[in-house]
Amino acid sequence: MNPAVQALITIALGVSGCVGYFYFSNLVLDKFIFPARGTNAGRNINRANMVRPWLFLLPALLALGFYLAYPVFETFRLSLSERLPGGGSRFVGLKNYDRMLDEPKFWEAIKNNMLWLVVVPAASTALGLLVAQLTDRIRWGSIAKSMIFMPMAISFVGASVIFKLIYDTRPVDQDQIGVLNALWLKFDGGWGSTLMLRIVPVVLIVIFVVAALWFAWSLVRPVFSSREKSGGVLLSAVRLSIGVVALWLTWVSVGGIQSVLGTELTYGAPATWLTIKFYNNFFLMVVLVWIQTGFAMVILSAALRGIPEETIEAAIVDGANPFQIFFKIKVPQIMGTILVVWTTITITVLKVFDIVFAMTNGQWETQVLANYMYDKLFRAFDWGVGSAAAMVIMLLVSPILVWNVYNARKEMK
Amino acid sequence: MDNIAGKKSALMWAVHISVALLVALWVFPTVGLFVSSFRTTDQITTSGWWNSMFPAEQTIQLRTGGADTATMVDGVYVIEGNLLTDEGGPGADAYISTFGVSSRDVAAFNAGDTAEFGDGETIFVGDDGAYIYKSPEEPSSRGQRVFVTAETPPDFTLGNYYNLLFKPGNSEGMAKAFVSTLTVVIPSTIIPILIAAFAAYALAWMDFPGRALLIAAIVALLVVPLQLSLIPLLKFHNGVGIGKGYLGVWLAHTGFGMPLAIYLLRNYMVGLPRDIIENAKVDGATDFQIFTKIILPLSFPALASFAIFQFLWTWNDLLVAKVFLIDPTQGTTVMTDQIVQLMGTRGGNWEILSTAAFISIAVPLMVFFAMQKYLVRGLLAGSVK
Repeated sequence: MNPAVQALITIALGVSGCVGYFYFSNLVLDKFIFPARGTNAGRNINRANMVRPWLFLLPALLALGFYLAYPVFETFRLSLSERLPGGGSRFVGLKNYDRMLDEPKFWEAIKNNMLWLVVVPAASTALGLLVAQLTDRIRWGSIAKSMIFMPMAISFVGASVIFKLIYDTRPVDQDQIGVLNALWLKFDGGWGSTLMLRIVPVVLIVIFVVAALWFAWSLVRPVFSSREKSGGVLLSAVRLSIGVVALWLTWVSVGGIQSVLGTELTYGAPATWLTIKFYNNFFLMVVLVWIQTGFAMVILSAALRGIPEETIEAAIVDGANPFQIFFKIKVPQIMGTILVVWTTITITVLKVFDIVFAMTNGQWETQVLANYMYDKLFRAFDWGVGSAAAMVIMLLVSPILVWNVYNARKEMK
Repeated sequence: MDNIAGKKSALMWAVHISVALLVALWVFPTVGLFVSSFRTTDQITTSGWWNSMFPAEQTIQLRTGGADTATMVDGVYVIEGNLLTDEGGPGADAYISTFGVSSRDVAAFNAGDTAEFGDGETIFVGDDGAYIYKSPEEPSSRGQRVFVTAETPPDFTLGNYYNLLFKPGNSEGMAKAFVSTLTVVIPSTIIPILIAAFAAYALAWMDFPGRALLIAAIVALLVVPLQLSLIPLLKFHNGVGIGKGYLGVWLAHTGFGMPLAIYLLRNYMVGLPRDIIENAKVDGATDFQIFTKIILPLSFPALASFAIFQFLWTWNDLLVAKVFLIDPTQGTTVMTDQIVQLMGTRGGNWEILSTAAFISIAVPLMVFFAMQKYLVRGLLAGSVK
């Protein structure tokens, strides 16, 4: 049968099946099981109303249970067992995890994932906030926003093709068709190159460090201050750990500045960007930042609009300049939203698979966890280690999961 | 907002310029792919796409007609013709800016001038390529060398799209993949909406024990990575005989989309006015009637938001299709998977890759621009606050 016809039949069957299920199950409930007549009419109506929610929920609960909840436990079980040659499986304790920890590829994936987890949410949120703030004040802002939002509609695979074209490399005697190499060949080691390739990156890194330290300090300060309320031991611990991360980032950045200033650059030779170890990770991250900035922008832009006008008016009356208004009035008020954006992008990063799969497939030290897991499951057919890797992803997601549930419950009360 | 005090900020110009730069930076990559998909293999491999917008200037060596085309006029041999349109020329839409008769100075003369070779021979070359060559002696049989600098205007072609989509028997399989993608996407978008809408109504407007717990569970499931589901579900599908066909993908997408669908729709439905629903109940409407007659029509914005999300997500998905939809004969390969395969086998053929990628991007982009409002609304409602 032609798949298109099959699809149409599925739609028809699925839709009418769903509607039919809901309609007839309600009918059966009201007319036959608990009919609203006779001596027990009142009690029957109450009983029917107790059952009805579950009728409405049943298909959704089945889908959720089978496709998301049960697999979490099953994957956990698989990560603790080993497939036997003739079918079936055997409990092996933590052996799979042990084997995984022995693999250098796993540690490479963990290391890269940490890098992704810091860089992509930070860059996307910062850029999104920047664009949201800038476009807020100009007339053609909505057009600009929809242009920057556009990559959200593009698949990771499509974006990979787009960026592979940018990173493309041709032999030295031919015209470069990748933009990055065409730009790169314009540099000749003169003062322009020094400015663009040494000074500007160093300035950017310094700005990043200052921003990170300022952000961390504004979070850590309440812990030490007796006047402000720091809010519980747990929150203090979170604040302090963010401070530690910021210090670590500073340390990494100082190393980055050293390498920017110290590296010998081979001018005039086209580079194969995706094979330059360590830096190729950043070339892959650019793709995700390009996509996620729009998301951050949309949410943060709405949050900026929601700031009470009076607070800003008051600041203007008090003589605050635009930068002070932005950093001291606006940003603190939307901190909650920034956190939401940050965590949402973090989850996307943890699941990122397509970009690495399509662009490098983990070669040249660009492996990430999701792709490592896919590799284990479907190329090495090692379900034990694959499941163990999946559990690591789950473990990394779970703090956010707990935080989200905590917030949702708080909001509902 | 910051200009409430009534003075125009001096920063305004900086803002305009930086926004323009950012927008240019963001659009540039996509434009590159778009432009490349309209260029021929030759053009793509010889120059960057950013050059294709402007006339390309090339210096080429051409030859006049040979002795057999010469005619005798007033005692001199005359050969007339057109350098651009004669055999070997770059074509009629180009035009000549300069030309030369010696390889040492290929741009010695402007078009429209008459050049002298030094031994009585002369040649006139117009900017449209027409030339008149005069020689007192019999010209060589191969014709005279002329170097011209020709400007060819931008030239784009729809050939790549024809080759990938309509050419019979092409090996890229994008047309088939397009149909596969559509087949995956449409049921995977419609069915979860229906199931989730009922569940969301129950969670929003019906009172039953365990409701709060269920909502918390759904918020938790929102972030569970679908990576964990791959192996257990594959085993399950193989166990019940669904295998790796469309049905499996539809079910998988339904399951994976469910938490967001319920979450979005419930949040929206909770905000609907209580009066309407209670009035309807007083008038004797059943829950089923309230749902289909009141809730569903009122929830249209939320339904549209989720539909766009699910559409984009299923259309752009690679992982679920790679795991749950595998056909040894390649009959069910979706576009994303097809493109990844093309990246492996046709890595250097940018005319194929860029066209294939753009075919797969075009539909989501259209949906995006047509329904951006709902997408934004959904994003705002969907991010856990």
